[in-house]
Formats: sequence, C-alpha cells, structure tokens
Amino acid sequence: MKLILTEEEQFLKDTAKNFAEERCPISHFRSLRDNNDPILWDKEIWKEMTTLGWPGILIPEEYGGSNFGITGISVILGECAKTLTPSPLFATGVLGAFSITNFGSSEQKQNYLPKIVSGELTTALAIDESSHHNPANTEMTAKKDGKNFILNGKKTFVVDGASADLLIVLARTSGNKGEMSGLTLFLIDSNDPGIEKIKLDMADSRNYANINFNNIKVDAKSILGDEETGGETAENILDIGRIAIASEMLGNAEAAFETTLDYLKQRKQFGVLIGSFQALQHRAAEMFCELELTKSSVLAAMKAADEGSNELQRLSSLSKTIAGETLHLVSNEAVQMHGGIGVTDEYDIGFFLKRARVAEQIFGSSKFHTERYANISGF
Amino acid sequence: MSNLDKFRTETKKWLDENCPPSMRSGADPSIPVDEVWGGRNAEYKNPESKLWLDRMGEKGWTMPTVPKEYGGGGLNKEEVKILNEEMFLIGARQPLLSFGIWMLAPVLLEYGNEAQKKEHIPKILKGEIRWCQGYSEPGSGSDLASLSTKAEDAGDHFLVNGQKVWTSYADKADWIFALVRTGAKEPKHDGISFVLIDMATKGVSTKPITLISGKSPFCETFFDNVEVPKENLIGELNAGWTIAKKLLQHERAFISNFGLAGAAAGGGRSGRDIVSIAKKHLGEENGKIKNSFYRTEIASHKIKEHAFGLTLKRAGDEGGKASATASMFKLYGTEHNKKRHELMVAASGVDGVAWDGDEFDQDDKNLTRAWLRTKGNSIEGGTSEVQLNVISKRVLNLPSQ
Repeated sequence: MKLILTEEEQFLKDTAKNFAEERCPISHFRSLRDNNDPILWDKEIWKEMTTLGWPGILIPEEYGGSNFGITGISVILGECAKTLTPSPLFATGVLGAFSITNFGSSEQKQNYLPKIVSGELTTALAIDESSHHNPANTEMTAKKDGKNFILNGKKTFVVDGASADLLIVLARTSGNKGEMSGLTLFLIDSNDPGIEKIKLDMADSRNYANINFNNIKVDAKSILGDEETGGETAENILDIGRIAIASEMLGNAEAAFETTLDYLKQRKQFGVLIGSFQALQHRAAEMFCELELTKSSVLAAMKAADEGSNELQRLSSLSKTIAGETLHLVSNEAVQMHGGIGVTDEYDIGFFLKRARVAEQIFGSSKFHTERYANISGF
Repeated sequence: MSNLDKFRTETKKWLDENCPPSMRSGADPSIPVDEVWGGRNAEYKNPESKLWLDRMGEKGWTMPTVPKEYGGGGLNKEEVKILNEEMFLIGARQPLLSFGIWMLAPVLLEYGNEAQKKEHIPKILKGEIRWCQGYSEPGSGSDLASLSTKAEDAGDHFLVNGQKVWTSYADKADWIFALVRTGAKEPKHDGISFVLIDMATKGVSTKPITLISGKSPFCETFFDNVEVPKENLIGELNAGWTIAKKLLQHERAFISNFGLAGAAAGGGRSGRDIVSIAKKHLGEENGKIKNSFYRTEIASHKIKEHAFGLTLKRAGDEGGKASATASMFKLYGTEHNKKRHELMVAASGVDGVAWDGDEFDQDDKNLTRAWLRTKGNSIEGGTSEVQLNVISKRVLNLPSQ
C-alpha cells in the first residue's frame, strides 16, 4: 500500500480545490446560514457537482458512475471542507452510493444508482437513537407481519435527514439493545406518510434531522443486504463514512490552521508580528506535526478502503480518532490565536470551531474510536 | 532473468554461504550476543560477530550505496532493497553499529576531498575505526554555534585546546569528528571548522559521565595542546557550520528511527511491549487490560505511534523530502519514546521504579534504567524545543523577533 495519491486522485483534488474556492467560498455557507435556508445547501451548487460527476464516484460505470474509489471522493470532500462547502455529497455520494453499490439488490441498484449519479435522488443514513453514537444500542423495531415488516422507532442526528429522499435505516428484527446481531437495514422512502422529520438546529448550521417512524409498512424488497446481518453491513458502511468524514475534518483543520498562520504573520502587537513570539510559534509547530500525522492516517485509511485491506476497521477508527483530536486542537487554538476577533460572528474562524465539535460526534467520537481501536488490537 | 533477479539469486547464495549461524534468527540462545561497534580495541564474545563484520565489510555491504572506489557496495536503490529483504528473510543481524556510518560518512561523501574519502570511508565501513562526535561543550548546548574549543593555525597543523561534552562512547572511540573555532566569535556561525582528530594524539583525554540511569554512555573529552594535521580539515576553513547542520540532520533522522524501531517492535531493542507489561502488572480480563484508566491512556498512545509510523511511511513513499521533516521526526520519535516508557513504568507500579537487588525481576530493573535513559532522547541531537524552533522558522516561515 503506497501512501501517495494517484494522478487521477490528485486531479480530483485539484478540481475540487478550484471549485470550492471559486464557487463556494465561506461567504456562500454564511449566506445560507443567514438566510435560514430550509435545507442549508444550495441546489445549484449540487447540480454543478453532479455535472462534475462527483455523486457517481463510488458508483460503477454500468450505472453511469466513474468508480474512482473512496480515496477519490474523500479528497474531494476534504477540499470542499476547507471552505465549509455544504452539500449532499457526504450523505448521498458516499453513504448512499457505497451502501447501494455494495449491498443493494440488482433491482435496488437499477432503481437508485442512476438517480444518485444524476443528482435527482439524495439519501441519508439513520443509525443513532441517542446523544452518543452506538449502533449496537439500536432499539427501533422492524416486526415481521406476514411478508411485510412494520417499522417503529425514532432516529436522531441524521445527517441530511431534513432533505433526503431515501433513508437507509438500521432497525432491530430480533435480539436486544446492546447486541450487534439481530439488526437489519431498510431502504425507506422519506415521503412515507408514517415518517415525521424534525429539522435540527445544530451549532454548525448544517442539515440534520430527528426522524420518527410510525408503523411504516415495507416488504422484504426494501431490505438492504441480508435480514439479521444488518449490523455488520452497517459497520462496513459506517467505516467508509468515518473515513470520508475524517477527510473532511482534515480539510477543516488544514484551512483553520492556514488562516491562523496567515494571521500570525499579519497581526502586530507590542510593535512586532505576533508570529515572532515563541509561545505561539511552538504551538503552531505542534499543530503542523499533528496535521502531518492526520494526513498520513486519513490517507492510509482511504487506501485501505480502496484496496479492501483487512486493516480497514482499525484504520477507520485510527483516522476518526486522530482527525477528531487534531481538529479539536486546531479549532481551539485558531480561535485563541485570533484573539478578540476569533470570538466574533463576523469573522469566519468561529465557523470552524462549531463545525469541528459537530463533526467530532458524527459516527463516533475520538473516545468511541479509541476504545474500538483497542478492542480491534486485542488489548 | 532480469539483472535484479540475478542479483537476488546471487545475494541469497552469498548470504547463505557467508552469514554465520549465530548471526541469524533462530541462533542458539546460549551463544553470547555482541553489540558490534568495531574499532581498534574491539572485543568479541562471539568470534562469529567478527567474522560476519569482516565479510560484510569486505563486500562493502555495511554501506551498500557507497561507491565501490571508497569500499562500499556500489549498489543502486533497488539492489539495496533486495539486500535488505534477503537479510530480513534469514533474520541476519546488522553487522556493525557505527556513528561513522550513520553520521560521518554521509558528510564526508558530500564535503570531503578525494584523499579524505579514500582514507576514512573504507575504515568506517569495515569497522576498523570507531568514531565519536565532538559537538557540544559545557557552555554550548542548544546554542551550539557559540562553541569555543579553539584550533589555532600553527603552520602545518592546528593547535587544539578546549573541552567537549556528551561525546558518546568517547572512551572507546579511535577518532573524533569535532567542531572547533578557527575564526572570530562574531558572527558566531562563521568562525567554525569541521576537523577529524585521532584520539591517540598526545593531549586528548576522556572521562565518562554517569547518567541518572546509572550508566555512562557519554564522556567529557579534553584537548590540551593537541596537534591536528591540516589535511584533517573537512571542507573550507571557517565553513564548518554548514557541514555541522547537515550532519545533525543525519543524526536526527537516526535518533527518530530508533524511536520508531522501538514502536514497531512494540518496545525497542529490548523487546519491551507495553501491552504485555500492562497485562502482567495490572491483570487481564477477556483479553483486555483490566484497569480501564491505563487501558485508555495506552490506547491513545498506541494510536499516536501508529499515526507516526504511517507518517514515516508516507515520507518514504513521497521520496523523502528529508530536511523539512527531519525535525518533526526527531521531535515525535523521541517524545513518543519517552511517553511509552513513562506508561510502561506507570503500568508496572512499584516494580517500574525498581533499581537493584534480588527482590525485583531483571526486566523490571532494566525498564527503570531504560526509562531514565529516554530522558536524554529529547535533549541530544537538538532538544525538542530546538526542533519546534526549526519547524516554526524553516517550515512555517514564522517571523524572527
């Protein structure tokens, strides 16, 4: 496994960098927030991303995708994260596209993949049911009723849940809370009358929802993958999601660090540039090192995902942990080093702090993944 | 058969015929193990250590990339990779540990004249001459360029007077590469020269320093009217600082690799593994370290070391833009090594601070000494704070005061 981007991946990264800087600088995100946009992403920008082929990156060519891989889509998300670009690319282009491509029936693939590629269909993955991520704690039920299943329960903190057309939902078909067995994934149309979406107002001003499922009736054709082994399938999807979000968090951290570094080279106090103070220099140097470790971890995890390595789970937890800790550090230091303007709404740096804390919670915090890393490593 | 395939076949055959059994993995554990540093006064508990060194030295494979004209192996990158792989496969020991190989030879190749290269490099890679480093002085630690050991022009030779400190194994070394002041003290970087001094010369003396670990790997080295021939000057007069910095980069890379090798082996050359130490002293439940507070801290540390290992791998895959990142590797390699030892000591409880006597396991007593030794890692070869300064200025381009 070479820890280096291929030419294709580098090209995607460069394209995404230009796109984010030109089409969606941070002012774009700010205006969505200020205008109380109902879905907090821009349909025009999503259309342009679709034209670039991004939602189809994980989708095979026979369904109109390009099959460029996890590394490809993750570096794009990393670049978009530098300008805090909001879009359905993570929930749809990663989670939806990966789930259906890898675990969907041929009918499901036929139905959904081309529509994901064309940008017509957006998706969301509904796993959590409480304030802390833990798939084993799934209580939502899917009870067998003849050939059908009746779904009841509540999902929380669903990324893009306020707008997604198709929901990928983890529910319990047997067993008890705390067990990874007895779980099954279902594909549910979000327009089903038994669904109640409650939009969440989170600190990072992005699209999330809690979703209530009231007696939703579906048949076995709605199962994604196999009945009863949805826990394993969900873990696989989540690991890909964790790597992608870690790449986003790396992008967030890199941008916050660059902005801060620029500020240290411009701001004068006591008649000198504040970047000449050793108290700040050493902290900046430590952040640089932590960012280097994060880059390597995320890159190794992306490559492991593309190569089908048996280290995938461990590297996924490694990258989510390190990305979480680094972004936590950098977002705090960025605000502190900016001084007074760092805590004003007018200045952009605070957006990174708020985004950081929310992203840290997505699909498991650094604490969750440190524990998981130890379990996988056998101690 | 491609040339590389042919090289692999030949290398395999040569190693098979020439690497003595006790120098391979699976050797009889009753045969004593030498730490081979070579030199005029080298002693060997196992004669095969010497045999292995001589054979590898003759072949030039102790420094496989050095050109054959200087006694090296003359191998290209691919061939070195094959050599390493084949040595790894039979678990062959490194034939020689050497500051000459790790630090001096690379700068001699870059800055030495033809005669100097021909004179010194073959003796380094054959292990005939053991080298030590004369950099720090009692008054010049982190501010190395303020050094004051003086080398006065005395016609055909320099007359050297002064004192060096932290000279590793100077009491066992044959020659020293040293920084001396040949010009004015200001600007301090400009009056420094890089010279080679035979330790057998009249006026050179050494005295070991006992460290907090109870061991004495370092010495003080004194120069009292020492006559050094002018042909022992490397590079231009008063231009030694550039060479010194280059050598420090090699040293830093080497020290951080030590830390990494420690992480990769789970505990360094000693084979200490933090997880088994924790399980031994704190207990184990369902395969997990029983105490969750220690377990969490160990897991966090393991994650950091894993990420650091991947960063070294990435640097290699990118083709090693060494200078910019050498400081980061030195900083993290040593800080992680210290942290790992702190955790091992803490997880061992009282046994982790055992010093001597029959009440304690030898492993535990060794750990105490090893832990204390790591405290020097982040000081020698440039302190962690100096590395942070280098990153701030050279990598991040932050302004100077």
